[in-house]
Amino acid sequence: MNTQTSSATAKAFLNVNNVEVIYDHVILVLKGVSLEVQEGKIVAILGANGAGKSTTLKSISTLLRGERGDVTKGSVEFRGERVDQLSPNDLVKRGMVQVMEGRHCFGHLTVEENLLTGAYTRNISRGDLKLSLEKVYDYFPRLKTRRSSLAGYTSGGEQQMTAIGRALMAKPTMILLDEPSMGLAPQIVEEIFEIVRDLNQREKVSFLLAEQNTTVALRYADFGYILENGRVVMEGDAKELASNEDVKEFYLGISSGGRKSFRDVKHYRRRKRWLA
Amino acid sequence: MQFFLEVLLGGLLSGIMYSLVALGFVLIYKASGVFNFAQGAMVFFAALTAVGLHDMGLSLWLAVPLTMAIMIVLAVAIEKIVLRPLVNQAEITLFMVTIGLTFFIEGLAQAIWGASVRKLELGIEDVPLEFLLDNAGIAISQFDLVAAGIAFVLVAALAIFFSKTKVGRALRAVADDHQAALSIGIPLQQIWVIVWGVAGFVALVAGLLWGARNGVQFALTFVALKALPVLILGGFTSVPGAIVGGLIIGASEKLAEVFLGPYVGGGIEGWFPYVLALLFLLVRPEGLFGEKIIRRI
Repeated sequence: MNTQTSSATAKAFLNVNNVEVIYDHVILVLKGVSLEVQEGKIVAILGANGAGKSTTLKSISTLLRGERGDVTKGSVEFRGERVDQLSPNDLVKRGMVQVMEGRHCFGHLTVEENLLTGAYTRNISRGDLKLSLEKVYDYFPRLKTRRSSLAGYTSGGEQQMTAIGRALMAKPTMILLDEPSMGLAPQIVEEIFEIVRDLNQREKVSFLLAEQNTTVALRYADFGYILENGRVVMEGDAKELASNEDVKEFYLGISSGGRKSFRDVKHYRRRKRWLA
Repeated sequence: MQFFLEVLLGGLLSGIMYSLVALGFVLIYKASGVFNFAQGAMVFFAALTAVGLHDMGLSLWLAVPLTMAIMIVLAVAIEKIVLRPLVNQAEITLFMVTIGLTFFIEGLAQAIWGASVRKLELGIEDVPLEFLLDNAGIAISQFDLVAAGIAFVLVAALAIFFSKTKVGRALRAVADDHQAALSIGIPLQQIWVIVWGVAGFVALVAGLLWGARNGVQFALTFVALKALPVLILGGFTSVPGAIVGGLIIGASEKLAEVFLGPYVGGGIEGWFPYVLALLFLLVRPEGLFGEKIIRRI
């Protein structure tokens, strides 16, 4: 059906297998989500509010545990090893970092201190630390000019850059990026996605990003999954998805034949993938 | 004038003793957003343990490091048994837990060492410095000066620790945003053990100094209550704030007692700091040096 799944089902970089998530022991949020990311790719998870995009990312990074969410079924494999029982600390050491939705910078630390905390898990010399820092400033020259201001006082775009830069300081091979466009001006969104692409190409960092902004996400991603009500309802190459009639209609807001009543809208409910 | 100076200096120096206790609160609040009500109990526990070990025949040089080791064990135990199961609970829950801890630690200390008042000799005499007495006519206790010196070193070390070291930065990061700290791989458990350990160390220093002055007894736990106005003045999140707050409280309560006291029949030293703190809350709720509440709109 598509190149990504068929070419290497066995050896995906990140492999999420039929994951089910329940919050507070009662609220079923993910109903068996499976997806994979090949090494060096940018993969997007798309979908509306509450579809389970963030939950999917958090179930991979195991940050879910702190929010009373439990992975009740399924498994997550990163570079061929089960990682769902690890702590976030272990995951970061293995090269996977999440950039959380809403940036979550340390507001009372300066931009530079924010970046430095990102290297917490690495035991490196002062010189190497400085080198890593310069590298991040290379990608985000704006941050260099604001290095000594408190992160809480910087703009939304700068905070998003700080959050991504902070994740980079851990020297990851895989970044989980949650809603990078949230609350940002279109121009800044473009700028940030450009940098994501740059990082992907030059630093060989793989990305799994959750986005509501389908248009932009599909332009930069290699592959996409569409989530609806906690299930993957559609997947495919980004280009294919972008030209798919249904996707166009529901997520891109481009309709082919005039206005339609919502009563006629087709829901993708039945399709499931049974990989487990 | 000379009398005024003497009162002022005496007040400032006793204020430093308050600062030492307040420091412990600041540390834990800074790193975990928890107001540790048990800090006073920790001061009591540390002092009593050190004195108890000393009374058993150990030298102070041995008793104090041993007590520090016990404080670290306590920190690990608190993290494992109390804090870990309560990750991500509301602040008020954690606050209630520290109240429970207070009673537990107080009880534990007395169960092990008994409830009698013990005397602690640090070898620093609580007598006026002759040099100052002869030349300026001001009576300043040698003990107070040593305490001030110790406090100064402690604060300088903590300030450097928080701003320049990796662990210090991580502590501040955790204080700011637990989730984000987790997401970049800072292990919260480890951080909490460190911060409770450091707070235990500060409690030990404060306990030794207060114990040497007033005797090691249950009343040490009330010292923590005096730290409250200090914190409100200085700000809950600031190490320098704890020091300046302590100085202001110490000086103002002594000055008020001596100069205002006679007009209202005396005895205002006990409540004056609280009134001051209350007034201060109206003007600057985050304290002199507290972190400003940053809110994006």
